[in-house]
Amino acid sequence: MIGALLNGLTALGSTVTRRLERLGLAARFSLTVIMVLWPALRRTPLVIREVYFSGVRSISIITVSGLFVGMVLAVQGYEVLQRYGSADSLGVIVSLSLVRELGPVVSALLFAGRASSAVTAEIGLMRATEQLDAMDMMAVNPITRVVAPRFLAAIISLPLLSAIFSAAGIFGSYLVGVKLIGIDDGAFWSQMQANVDFRLDILNGLLKSVVFAVAVGLVSVFEGYHAAPTAEGVSSATTRTVVTASLAVLMLDFVLTVLMFRGLM
Amino acid sequence: MINRAKIDLAVGFFVAIGILALVFLALKVGNLVNFSMSEGYRLETRFDNIGGLKVRAPVKSAGVVVGRIEAIQLDSETYEAVIDLRIAPEYRFTKDTIASILTSGLLGEQYISLESGGEAEYMKNGERVMKTQSAMILEKLIGQFLFNKAAEGPGTVK
Repeated sequence: MIGALLNGLTALGSTVTRRLERLGLAARFSLTVIMVLWPALRRTPLVIREVYFSGVRSISIITVSGLFVGMVLAVQGYEVLQRYGSADSLGVIVSLSLVRELGPVVSALLFAGRASSAVTAEIGLMRATEQLDAMDMMAVNPITRVVAPRFLAAIISLPLLSAIFSAAGIFGSYLVGVKLIGIDDGAFWSQMQANVDFRLDILNGLLKSVVFAVAVGLVSVFEGYHAAPTAEGVSSATTRTVVTASLAVLMLDFVLTVLMFRGLM
Repeated sequence: MINRAKIDLAVGFFVAIGILALVFLALKVGNLVNFSMSEGYRLETRFDNIGGLKVRAPVKSAGVVVGRIEAIQLDSETYEAVIDLRIAPEYRFTKDTIASILTSGLLGEQYISLESGGEAEYMKNGERVMKTQSAMILEKLIGQFLFNKAAEGPGTVK
């Protein structure tokens, strides 16, 4: 009885210690990455290559998802708004929800699944095939050469992708709302312009996606760099990246929303 | 492996689309061109009661948006609401302008309406709109109506 209790306590203690150790490791790793950002940024070709793989290759999925999210929002929004005779403000509802929330959040989630998982797998495989150690032997800092460019690419790509997502979504809602359902063209745009503020809504949305990019980028490079050097280790690191990054995005979104928009309530 | 020039071209294309999307959001969706809060001149108004008026609500004249509300405070001596308006530089209002709080539609948002008078002089930055008309408070109107009915005596109420 007491033996089982002690065993349970020991298991709990070791779990907590391991978690804390990993958290400390992650914090120290993040600091090292941030320290070498400037030298990494000066090696632009590396960063551009990573922007190509993370950002450019994600344009299609982001555009198509944005378009369909916008179209669904238009149908659902119209269904509720026409009950109150205010279908004209469909543009406001769609654009505010896209610019403030869905644009940054959904594009960060898609980015975590589409690009960050690939980054983790790539770095993890470099670890497993001892390429990172080889770089170290040749006096090339793998953090500057491999990790930092991928992190920077996330910070450059995600805000742009999120803007593309919002623009595509608003275009999708225009197609469904104005062209299909038949809301007045002028009212759709003018109500939108009267109620969406550049600084409060659009810049705050952009700021959100920069924060998400930092979180998703750090998670993906950390999990890859510290993956167990086996096939199984790489696969579980990739899974952890998607899960941790998605959860981090959703939690950060709540915190940022409270900080940014609480004054409006 | 794709070559360097192709990658550069694709990334350039990507950044261009991203910036284009941002410009679209700023110009077509947001109101960046219309009116920015920092331009224009400031006018002050005082009301007994502002109802549900909020900061950033529009200031209209003849239905045209001419500015926005910049700040709302309470004067702790006279217990009046002090409202700062930011008016676009191209619009001028005479010294005898009347400011009133109106509602767009039956349940819409509240805004301040400015009606210019016939005086020749125009108001300058920081000046105060002297003639104001407070917001219509529905509860007060109903209360007044009931009070009047009661004052007429029990026999008249049907």
